[in-house]
Amino acid sequence: MSENLVVPTMAEMMARGEQPEVLFWVGCSGSFDDRAKKITKAFVKILNKCKVSFAVLGTEESCTGDPAKRAGNEFLFQMQAMMNIEVMNAYEVKKIVTACPHCFNTIKNEYPELGGKYEVVHHTQFLKSLLDDGRLTIEGGQYKGKRITFHDPCYLGRANQVYEAPRELIEKLDAALVEMKRSKANGLCCGAGGAQMFKEPEKGNKDVNVERTEDALETQPEIIAAGCPFCNTMLTDGVKFKEREQDVKVMDIAELIASAEDL
Amino acid sequence: MQYLANVLFLILLVVGFGFFARNVKKLIRNIKQGRDINRSDRSSDRWKNMAMVALGQSKMVKRPVAGILHIFVYVGFVVINIEMLEIVIDGLFGTHRVLSFLGGFYNVLIGIFEILAALVIVGVVGFWIRRNVIRLKRFNQKEMEGWPKKDANTIIYIETVLMCFFLLMNAADYYLQSIGYGHYTQVGSFPVSSYIAGLFNGMQPEVVAIVERVCWWGHIIGVMLFMNYLYYSKHLHIFLAFPNTYFENLNPQGQFDNLASVTKEVKLMMDPNADPFAAPAEDAGEPGKFGAQDVMDLNWVQLLNAYSCTECGRCTSSCPANQTGKLLSPRKIMMSTRDRLEDVSAIMDANNGEFVADGKTLLNDYITPEELWACNTCNACVEECPIGISPLSIIMDMRQYLVMEQSAAPIELNNMMANIENNGAPWQYNQMDRLNWKDEN
Repeated sequence: MSENLVVPTMAEMMARGEQPEVLFWVGCSGSFDDRAKKITKAFVKILNKCKVSFAVLGTEESCTGDPAKRAGNEFLFQMQAMMNIEVMNAYEVKKIVTACPHCFNTIKNEYPELGGKYEVVHHTQFLKSLLDDGRLTIEGGQYKGKRITFHDPCYLGRANQVYEAPRELIEKLDAALVEMKRSKANGLCCGAGGAQMFKEPEKGNKDVNVERTEDALETQPEIIAAGCPFCNTMLTDGVKFKEREQDVKVMDIAELIASAEDL
Repeated sequence: MQYLANVLFLILLVVGFGFFARNVKKLIRNIKQGRDINRSDRSSDRWKNMAMVALGQSKMVKRPVAGILHIFVYVGFVVINIEMLEIVIDGLFGTHRVLSFLGGFYNVLIGIFEILAALVIVGVVGFWIRRNVIRLKRFNQKEMEGWPKKDANTIIYIETVLMCFFLLMNAADYYLQSIGYGHYTQVGSFPVSSYIAGLFNGMQPEVVAIVERVCWWGHIIGVMLFMNYLYYSKHLHIFLAFPNTYFENLNPQGQFDNLASVTKEVKLMMDPNADPFAAPAEDAGEPGKFGAQDVMDLNWVQLLNAYSCTECGRCTSSCPANQTGKLLSPRKIMMSTRDRLEDVSAIMDANNGEFVADGKTLLNDYITPEELWACNTCNACVEECPIGISPLSIIMDMRQYLVMEQSAAPIELNNMMANIENNGAPWQYNQMDRLNWKDEN
């Protein structure tokens, strides 16, 4: 454990008779995908630095059921949802933060009717609140003046109207935030939503992620900022397809902040 | 004999409105073929939504050129119809410009009608140019070939002709007023048609009076025909946009409905006290279908959506799948749903109101799985629709049918779902390894 991450589980905390301020819902991508694990760690570094009392479910966490639901398998979705809700209710979870807009949307909007009522925030909203409370300070450092464009994840933006938190964080880095021609409510999907992440696209003349990457590259960015592990994958692939991986990086907002702070 | 015109007018109104009422009844019957869904909550939010989106055109103006042209036509349509009141009274009682006793106010009204009529012509000419000269992509995509394209242009032509009748009628009236002919006393103000009146210089006043009558009759007959054309065209939105925005889904766009029938089953499955061998109750009836295979499996709001769609194609032009050449077009989802519902309607008409299976369903015969699987569920189409239609909800319901009733998901998705079932993640990783990232470099 070279990086000295402190990641308590809900079970450990309960054994100590403690209740964390917030549950960090890591999600499947954040747990297993090599690229997304870096985002998870960056976010944990910030949480550690800001001394946020948090815990994860660890091996008790399971898929929210989002991809099953969007694929049409309501049975599997509701089974996953009810299992997760039972676990979280047993731990008396009140507040959840997650770095995945799909987990965020599902737990926030679709769990309450099934008995899971929590306050759910996206990690960019959580970081913004840490900033507002003075628990997190951000200095631009290496990102000062850099051109950064932000890709709105569908399930964060259009689906839940969260547009400002990620942008305010980028501006705090003293970076030059540049908007794509299609952004916010008009943002274009990265191509992963609706369970497309897990299948080959239908026959067409282009891949959606390439179309979206072209939007991003038009702004001549040094960094394409994302707030979703799936968007991150799609845009990273898009940048590679365009052979621009030498000069354009795709990074999550949490990674930007963690690296600006040299965490 | 002197009442002939009045009687003819009455017959025109009765036939016009009678036929219209017949189609409205059919429309309501067809929409009621859908499943029930409760949209009676949050009524003040619903009124607000209707006021903003339908009455206030707030989403139309997101695309400013089409938005402004549309406002010309929309305001013109609503306001000029006030004139219909006068036309009806005049027609029934043989009066001429019966409301002119309003004096100055009448002049203002007629003046406004005229200016709006001119703006309507500007609007529809703009629309025609966008469709036929500039040939915007969204008006010329595959699903627009044939009838839909003809339908759109027909509406433009009818509206142009109606406005020309209206202005020409006023111009003739104005000319006859200025020469003091017959009962044409000086009333109204004619800021637009007074410029057209010059056409009549040197004509016999009797001929001009005939022109005035022809235009008057042409206008009202045109209005009656247009009203009855609506049911057969994409133009029902002029009425249905209002209920459609009222009954719109007001939840966050990312929140998809949880199927209550599934909740029941899953709860039973997870209940340790449930009797696995219990026979269903006697009165349980046929178990419902999961998802939608045909229009009767959709809910009535989705069917209302289908009738409300104007085929403007904003949804399709913003759809990531469509932009990248996939078969999916959200507009076509709405058009196919309506086509199927109309076919079902015709079957019901032919069988005393009872639907008789015709071997076809919305799924496969009208909408293919390839279209459904191309969707990113990104909500761009829902966001774009100027009157709150959700093509996405239909796509999702049909995916549910494919997966839960037919197990017909693409193989990769079946693998993904098997993984979730077996190890709680869409990929083949052991749930026990979920926290390994903590100790990796």
